[in-house]
Amino acid sequence: MSDDAAHTDLTFEQAFAQLEEIVARLESGDLTLEESVTLYEQGQTLARLCGTLLDTAELRVQQISDDGTLSPLA
Amino acid sequence: MTNTYTVYQLTRYISDLFELDPALQDVWVEGEVSNFTRASSGHLYFTLKDDKSELRCVMWRSQAELLPFDPQHGDAILAHGQVTVYEARGQYQLTCDILQPAGVGDLNRQFELLKARLEAEGLFDVDRKRPIPVFPRRIGVVTSPTTAAFQDIQNVIRRRFPLLDVILSPALVQGKDAPPQIVAAIERLNAHTDADVILVARGGGSLEDLWCFNDETVVRAVAASRIPVVTGVGHEIDFTLVDFAADQRAPTPSAAAELVTPDGVILRSTIRDLSAQLADSLTAALDDCRRALESSGRVLDRLSPLNRIQNARQRVDDLAARIDAFTRHGLARRRDRLQARIDALNAANPTALLARGYAIVTRAGDGHRVSSAHDADAGTRLLIALHDGRLTADVRQRETDT
Repeated sequence: MSDDAAHTDLTFEQAFAQLEEIVARLESGDLTLEESVTLYEQGQTLARLCGTLLDTAELRVQQISDDGTLSPLA
Repeated sequence: MTNTYTVYQLTRYISDLFELDPALQDVWVEGEVSNFTRASSGHLYFTLKDDKSELRCVMWRSQAELLPFDPQHGDAILAHGQVTVYEARGQYQLTCDILQPAGVGDLNRQFELLKARLEAEGLFDVDRKRPIPVFPRRIGVVTSPTTAAFQDIQNVIRRRFPLLDVILSPALVQGKDAPPQIVAAIERLNAHTDADVILVARGGGSLEDLWCFNDETVVRAVAASRIPVVTGVGHEIDFTLVDFAADQRAPTPSAAAELVTPDGVILRSTIRDLSAQLADSLTAALDDCRRALESSGRVLDRLSPLNRIQNARQRVDDLAARIDAFTRHGLARRRDRLQARIDALNAANPTALLARGYAIVTRAGDGHRVSSAHDADAGTRLLIALHDGRLTADVRQRETDT
């Protein structure tokens, strides 16, 4: 999963948007076979990343105080 | 007459008496409005009266501005305030801080009045509503941390889309301290966070419990929020004024949480669909390439020298066959001609003649072939060759025809 590691700085929203874009490009055709294979691999990596992000996410709950500082809430 | 006061001194004395009487400092009066005027300064002046008496009233601009309705001449209203003395005139008056329609002065009436006023002001306009982001990263929650509503919100978000931060901005959500706290909580999130959306939430309760969400300051704070606001106050049937000012209204706190979060189950299935589309597209691309390859292969086959080689080979075979046929024909003809000659030769064979009864006669002395009677005299020894042997004979007599 070293491929995924390269993408870990992506947010879910970004990864999802890129995935949608890649699918659209791949479906539009007009690509060399090599480009298609590269896009396919990128797309599958992003799909895996999206799933992993959803599966491993843990809701973070914080509380904001009067002066605006955030502190974790148990 | 032991003591004489100035008018002012007496008036001050009376004024002090009023101010020292707690009953006069916190008083509710019901009456009918007359002589109502709104001065250019913004202060309200009017008279409350009943069939026996009249009371002069004033409401200062600071309160008058918050008044959810304009009292009309003849309206029965309920006023709250302090009895004070207007020293310049030596008149006592009611300095009002609350005015409510009497008789219809229930909460519903106030609600409708405030709603009508804020609506007229444009606070509830549809074109003020902003879209709620599809993938929020931070959600501000204005509610009381100890309530079930806050737990419900967390549970819903955790279940649907846990990829975000929840920032609780705590506030009382019931009672008279609630409105300023709710306002402060909303302003706090706007001032200090980059939350994508704010949930203003409270669980179900009585009309009075939910009343702080009809407070004008709260409604204005929601309308003024830089960050889009989604409300989830009470149960399905409850509508509060913040609902009208919010960018979106949800019937409950849980529903509000659902409204601001994408559904993880649907997202997962969408991701699976996208992944399958990727595979389909690649398969299609590969099929295209394969078809193109096959088509090129067929063209290549047509242009291949193999065909010409095979053609040439066929011609060679053809020629060989013709040579063969020609050769066979020639041989047969020669054989026939040979046979003809052999037959001719056979026909000319003297042996065959001998077989038919002829003989060859030669003189024994010199071997001369005797073909004429003149060739031998009587006494000449002759050799007679027959087809199966020879005879030796001596001529006894010669007779010639000529």
